[in-house]
Amino acid sequence: MNFEEILNINPYCLNLEEKEKLLTERLVELTKLHQEKCIEYNNILKSIDFDVEKVKSYKDLPFLPVRLFKELELKSVPNEEVVKTMTSSGTTGQAVSKIYLDRTTSSNQQKTMVKIVSDFTGSSRMPMIIIDCPSVVKNRAMFSARGAGILGFSIFGAKKIYALDDDMKLDVEGMKEFLDKFQGQQILLFGFTFMIWQHFYKELLRLKEEGITFDLSKGILIHGGGWKKLISEAVSHDEFHQRLKVACGLEHIHDYYGMVEQTGCIYMECECGHLHASNFSDVIIRRPIDFSEADLGEPGIIQVVSTIPESYPGHSLLTEDEGVIEGVDDCPCGRKGKYFKINGRLKNAEIRGCSDTYATKF
Amino acid sequence: MTNLEKYNQAFMETFEITEDKLVGLKYQDIEAWDSVGHMSLIAKLEEVFDIMMDTDDIIDFNSYEKGKELLAKADYGVKI
Repeated sequence: MNFEEILNINPYCLNLEEKEKLLTERLVELTKLHQEKCIEYNNILKSIDFDVEKVKSYKDLPFLPVRLFKELELKSVPNEEVVKTMTSSGTTGQAVSKIYLDRTTSSNQQKTMVKIVSDFTGSSRMPMIIIDCPSVVKNRAMFSARGAGILGFSIFGAKKIYALDDDMKLDVEGMKEFLDKFQGQQILLFGFTFMIWQHFYKELLRLKEEGITFDLSKGILIHGGGWKKLISEAVSHDEFHQRLKVACGLEHIHDYYGMVEQTGCIYMECECGHLHASNFSDVIIRRPIDFSEADLGEPGIIQVVSTIPESYPGHSLLTEDEGVIEGVDDCPCGRKGKYFKINGRLKNAEIRGCSDTYATKF
Repeated sequence: MTNLEKYNQAFMETFEITEDKLVGLKYQDIEAWDSVGHMSLIAKLEEVFDIMMDTDDIIDFNSYEKGKELLAKADYGVKI
């Protein structure tokens, strides 16, 4: 099964059985591809006596810990085919993951993301406010996860403005002008959770006292990158929503979960507040004691699989996040597939996530 | 200015290259035409021709020649 075939299916239309069949077929192919093309990956699989021919379900495939991409340069294409190297967000002093992309994988990431996000925002492009500073995408040779996130979402922006300057100060005049110009239109806002709270929401509050308000009731906000710092400031998911609504009328807010090791396959939060797995990827919750699959409602370590990676062996990974499956195929929003919740980082896991690593400075 | 001149100029200005490099140029062939450069090129073309491209076409736009083909589509009607 090639990736184009998966791209042609509506991203949330497959039920449990259909999806298992599709994922098993594609992920077994990817496992074989990486065994053949990546020596390190092949060695790892040999060392656990893994036999791909015995695999009945994608759940039987081995998973690499995400940390391995920090320690090893894992790629399944020759150096000259690498067009982009992406790095994970990390706090100062932390090693970063390096993810090597060739043309095919890089383009499939973008295509996938468009399919997934369009299901929530519609396919038309909108005026877009990026709640970050422009310098994040300046270093083009090494792409940070933060830059990659912004750039990936930029395709939805018809006209774009960065709401913050390089000192992370809100560009009040720029915002006013932009919102005047596109008055009455649906506007896309994108940013990382903590930056939105610290540099956007708090500034809106301050401006309100000066009598300056922005009307973002026509806005759709997509945000991600981790809640850790906000939880420590006792800001819950519901409060985040409520406060932004009061501050600027923003009602359509979607969180997303994703990681640079599987860019493209993001998990978007639906109107009912659930993170959804699309046909392109899946989450499997593992019991920490023996890595067996946890039951519905039972928290455990999150494994993620993605149908995209061809240039690096990252199609099945064990994250350092804890989560729980809330249901399968029966979310009231109508989307099929698993929906789940993130409980947070595992104890002693390092801090990562574009929002959380930035927040360590505060 | 003809459409071809406008089209070429968008490439030359965005990527800071000369006209003789345009024919056969593909996405990722030169450093400047990376994913950031790509979005700048699209923004420039949209401005010059006063169009809004679909996300699918932005992704399919992977060479100098392919771009001409895409812009000639009925949705945009820009014959180059």
